[in-house]
Amino acid sequence: MTSTPRDRGPGVKSRVYRTPAIAITERWNLYHEYSGHPLVKYMQFRYILILLFASAMTLPASAAPDAAVLEIEARRVATIDRIKPAVLAIFDASGRGGGSGVVISPDGFALSNFHVAAPCGPAMKCGMADGKVYDAVVVGLDPTGDVALLKLFGRDDFPAATLGDSDALQLGDEVFALGNPFLLATDLQPTVTCGIVSGLRRYQYPAGTFLEYTDCIQTDASINPGNSGGPLFDADGRLVGINGRASFEKRGRVNVGAAYAISINQIKNFLGQLRSGRIVDHASLGATAAGAEGGAVAVTDILETSDAFRRGLRYDDEIVRLAGREITTANGLKNVLGILPAGWRVPLSYRRDGRRFDVLVRLPRLHGKEELLKAARAKPPETPMPLPPPDRKPKDRKTPPDQSKPPIPVPKKASALKPPAPMPPVVKQHYEEKRGFANYYFNRSEQQRLWRAWNGSCNLAGQNGVWTLAGLLGDGVTYQLELADDQITLKLPSQTYQWIPRDNLAEGLTPRDGLLAAIYLWRRLAVEGFSRFGGVYYLGTAPLPGHEGLVDVLVGSYKGVEGHFYFDPQGGQLLALEMFPEENDDPYEIRFSEYRDVDGRKLPGRLEALRGDVPLSTLTVSEYRFGKPRQEDAGKGGGK
Amino acid sequence: MRKIHCNLKWFLFLTLFSFTPPLLAAPPYPLAAVIDQVQTKLVKLYGAGGVRGLEPYQSGILISSEGHILTAFSSVLDTDDLSAVLWDGRKFTAALLGADPRLEVALLKIDGKDLPCFDPSRAATAAPGTPILALSNLFNVAAGDEPASVQHGIVSAVADLQARRGVFETPFRGPVYVLDVATNNPGAAGGALVDCRGELLAMLGKELRNAQNNTWLNYALPMAELRPSIEAIRSGKIVVRREDDPRKKPQRPLCLEALGLTLVPDVVERTPPYVDAVRPGSPAAQAGLRPDDLVILLGDRLITSCRTLRADLEYIDSADPIRLTVLRGQDLIDVELRADEAR
Repeated sequence: MTSTPRDRGPGVKSRVYRTPAIAITERWNLYHEYSGHPLVKYMQFRYILILLFASAMTLPASAAPDAAVLEIEARRVATIDRIKPAVLAIFDASGRGGGSGVVISPDGFALSNFHVAAPCGPAMKCGMADGKVYDAVVVGLDPTGDVALLKLFGRDDFPAATLGDSDALQLGDEVFALGNPFLLATDLQPTVTCGIVSGLRRYQYPAGTFLEYTDCIQTDASINPGNSGGPLFDADGRLVGINGRASFEKRGRVNVGAAYAISINQIKNFLGQLRSGRIVDHASLGATAAGAEGGAVAVTDILETSDAFRRGLRYDDEIVRLAGREITTANGLKNVLGILPAGWRVPLSYRRDGRRFDVLVRLPRLHGKEELLKAARAKPPETPMPLPPPDRKPKDRKTPPDQSKPPIPVPKKASALKPPAPMPPVVKQHYEEKRGFANYYFNRSEQQRLWRAWNGSCNLAGQNGVWTLAGLLGDGVTYQLELADDQITLKLPSQTYQWIPRDNLAEGLTPRDGLLAAIYLWRRLAVEGFSRFGGVYYLGTAPLPGHEGLVDVLVGSYKGVEGHFYFDPQGGQLLALEMFPEENDDPYEIRFSEYRDVDGRKLPGRLEALRGDVPLSTLTVSEYRFGKPRQEDAGKGGGK
Repeated sequence: MRKIHCNLKWFLFLTLFSFTPPLLAAPPYPLAAVIDQVQTKLVKLYGAGGVRGLEPYQSGILISSEGHILTAFSSVLDTDDLSAVLWDGRKFTAALLGADPRLEVALLKIDGKDLPCFDPSRAATAAPGTPILALSNLFNVAAGDEPASVQHGIVSAVADLQARRGVFETPFRGPVYVLDVATNNPGAAGGALVDCRGELLAMLGKELRNAQNNTWLNYALPMAELRPSIEAIRSGKIVVRREDDPRKKPQRPLCLEALGLTLVPDVVERTPPYVDAVRPGSPAAQAGLRPDDLVILLGDRLITSCRTLRADLEYIDSADPIRLTVLRGQDLIDVELRADEAR
């Protein structure tokens, strides 16, 4: 009885088959016409496997297995061999409780669920298939999307999963779930379950108040408590989701054939934000919408403070597209919003009286800051969610409380009796507590990275003398702009204009003042560096209109205004700056472009200013002069 | 655009599947096409319920192009406000045509035209080992035009439910397909079990719990078992009382009192017609009826409430015998009785 699936090969025919398999071959004949079907092959193979393992009888059989079946099997075995090493069994610092995770970069960044990582605190232990246990620290948390980013220590060549494209999945595609269900992996070898994609773009109502699964992948691969945070791979072994939730009900806390994974494409949107060490928030629209007659999704309510309102969206307008996706149902709108981080600026198309409007809209945050922090501190529930009152009668929406809020598989938390384990030194070195952050250490290092790249290209740190920019305005008029710490002077052929920074920069701004104030912020950030600018933090990545892909965003507050600084992730140049005089108002924007070399400095040749939808001015810079720095400050600045 | 794409895939699949050696069928991965095609024949049903443990939704299968829907006979249908949502999000009001309580199967009708549908007369059969796909709106995760959930597995056994008599709470005793995948969840009843070509094999049954060990059975009712009931309902043999009943009422209609039956107090619009008391020595007592029996059929008429039972009795002459089908525990019992001549 040494036969295992791998023993079956051309040379071992007579030892392979057992009595029941003969019956199977007859059945194969029955399904001969479908035999090319991958599902049939897979099923038949699975059936044989069961019989091979279950049966104790041995009799030689008459037929060899279909070569195609063996090939499918071999491919699957090879795929799982390849993806298995990146899978994590996560335990809290004392080595108990936990869930699953997956490494996504050789330097040890890994994904898991918020509801797995949060109860562990900042430090945790991650077991891998190599049999070793690695220390890990929390990097970023997404309490709404149920995602946690971790960093493992001890290697710079961690086996890492390849990120796939979850939008390319189709119903029926084969998927593998790997992880540590029921915390079985005492030898740290992940459990593999296999299924198909049962549903796509699923919307699952918030469980409790927070964890909302939007646009998620439904699978019939068996996902059980302990699988949480583990990877869902496609048939080629690419990471397409993070398993986190299942429909549990009367059958107890075991899989009932319907589990949900957060799509990797949602996580890709958030990855840059999670790397910032923040507790990140999701987007809302500032408006609610519901399905209307004829399949339209119409605005039912809108906040007048929202950017959508400022961009013209009104009650009863029909939302056609958002962030590049067609909107046909209210759930569809929630699905699109749910995969976007707060603050992103995305295209919105809406229709009114048959006319279509295409605008860019800034998405406000879904939760209040305090609300989010509270959620991040709160312990996720350990037991199935309490059922809401039974009097909510669903109509044709999927609101039934019982199953719309399937509880989250949460493994048992480490015993409260055991004192918390001391933080390992390597974690201590990489952890910094700060309000609003999951781990400020990573925010600081991202700031340092940005500063090094930016100052490396422009080398303006400490250039606190007067800057003089000269060139042409958009209308062909010549200008000279003198930037100093205490004033800005704009010299035009017809007049000279002076702007002096007040204690509150937001006060009494005219459009021209706003533009000059924004330029003032630019100079200040470049001269003083991030550490001395004011309150600065790295926000993460976000899209920038007119720019491919995502760019790095730094947020800095100074004298009553908030500046958002957009940096090219490759070259480190400043691409754009937004100055928000008030939270619920259009910012003054400056786009920097046409970078060129000026005395060894990479500086923008063109500054475009705009506010809302209105272009304010365009400056081409043909000349840069930097006055002699004041000695006492020279050479300072830089990252913290 | 999407539709064209789907059709194209389906066409490609069929072409490859039918005329080329099996191996070549794999590259365009036809499973997605099979699923797409089955999705169009599924409906999401919304009706009565909403209290804990009684979900107000289930699944259904279109079996005629003019809108006959096959589904499980359950409390969800126990309403006049029954709606069916098609794969493309269109919403229809559905009417209960009839049901066979013995198989817990019901037939609904919506006002449709040229709808994609299964042909129940040519359903395929399965044997242990047959790979299957189960499509249903389990847990009501899909709404509107969102596709139903798809699960995959095999038929583990073809077995009589009777074999475990008393263990499962169901009146059906016949053969079912036992599945190796957790298909029978809330909302899944009435869903489709298809083979890998998308041919209809069976209808997913209601949730069945093993009372002894608290495990749940995943099963589907083979179309061959359902076909006689479907035909009976479609030919008007098992019907629900309609407001515009064309039959004439007799001069001396039958009443419950004459049979010696007292039903539970009729408190809601659709009070289930449970027997509250049986007068000793009455025809009902002689026929063996007992308190707590649930009246399900009067002759071939489906009885859904105390009210419909009373209303249907008005069409029967007090001199005529009647046949009642009642549910006692999990058993369906037929009794013949005639009103007391003396009265």
